Amino acid sequence: MRWFWIDRFTEFVSGSHAVACKGVSLAEDHLHDHFVGYPLMPNSLVTEGIAQAGGLLVSEHYKFAELVVLAKLAKAKFHSRVRPGETLTYRVNADWIRADSAQVTATAHVGERLHAEVQLMYARLGEEIEAKIGAALFKPTDLRHWLNLVRVFEIGVDGEGNRLKRENYPLN
Amino acid sequence: MPSQEEIFEKVQEALVDALGVDDDEVTPTATLRGDLDAESIDFLDIVFRLEKSFDIKIERGELFPEDLFNDTQYVDDGKMNPAGIAALKERMPFADLSKFEANPAVQNLAEQLTVQDLCNFVDHKLKAA
Repeated sequence: MRWFWIDRFTEFVSGSHAVACKGVSLAEDHLHDHFVGYPLMPNSLVTEGIAQAGGLLVSEHYKFAELVVLAKLAKAKFHSRVRPGETLTYRVNADWIRADSAQVTATAHVGERLHAEVQLMYARLGEEIEAKIGAALFKPTDLRHWLNLVRVFEIGVDGEGNRLKRENYPLN
Repeated sequence: MPSQEEIFEKVQEALVDALGVDDDEVTPTATLRGDLDAESIDFLDIVFRLEKSFDIKIERGELFPEDLFNDTQYVDDGKMNPAGIAALKERMPFADLSKFEANPAVQNLAEQLTVQDLCNFVDHKLKAA
């Protein structure tokens, strides 16, 4: 299994908000254990998908140059059950992004149906962390691969509506 | 200017939301770390909620001047020296530091910060605005 819990972004506005979708499919192994004969998308993985969408939104604000980690799940409310064949739409809004941390408020919908309300906090790990542990925390090329897969540079724009350009980020 | 009761109610709401505790756990004498289990990341969350709730801006280090604790001119062997305590009083006029002064080990201050200190901090900010 690959740890990709959003399929693609449909909106991505730097420093503001993003919308991502995730199609739930019976081809996903875990659904056959959660639960046997009654497959449901685990809410922990809905949260992970939202965390990934929000994390990339926050990370872009830091120019994709430093690691952003999920630091706190301040709120998570779930209202329904998500079955295979349904598509989750995650909308993440940046409440605030500061030098050392950020907070994102998000919803998950299936069509018009509200499925989840989540609030997350992220901590930014600067370059000094890499110096401390003596190793790179991530490969820029791996991150670039992920950003390409979820189409950040195809639909992402800055606050003025200008397209985000891959070459403006240190992803080589 | 909100009354002391109004300030307490909003601070209580912020702490209930940020820490997932019950209303009745958030009493004026409850300590943020000891009684309410606040961790360092929670302080960022609390600060954001207070800013929103009271329409104020709280700079880093304003509520909890962590820079003083890392300053060698103020700390000797893990304890705040008299110059450090004087600097702390200047930066935290809203907090009751008498307990901390009795044993000024650096880690004690965070443990001793109470809900009332937080209310006093907001009151202090609102008056200064």
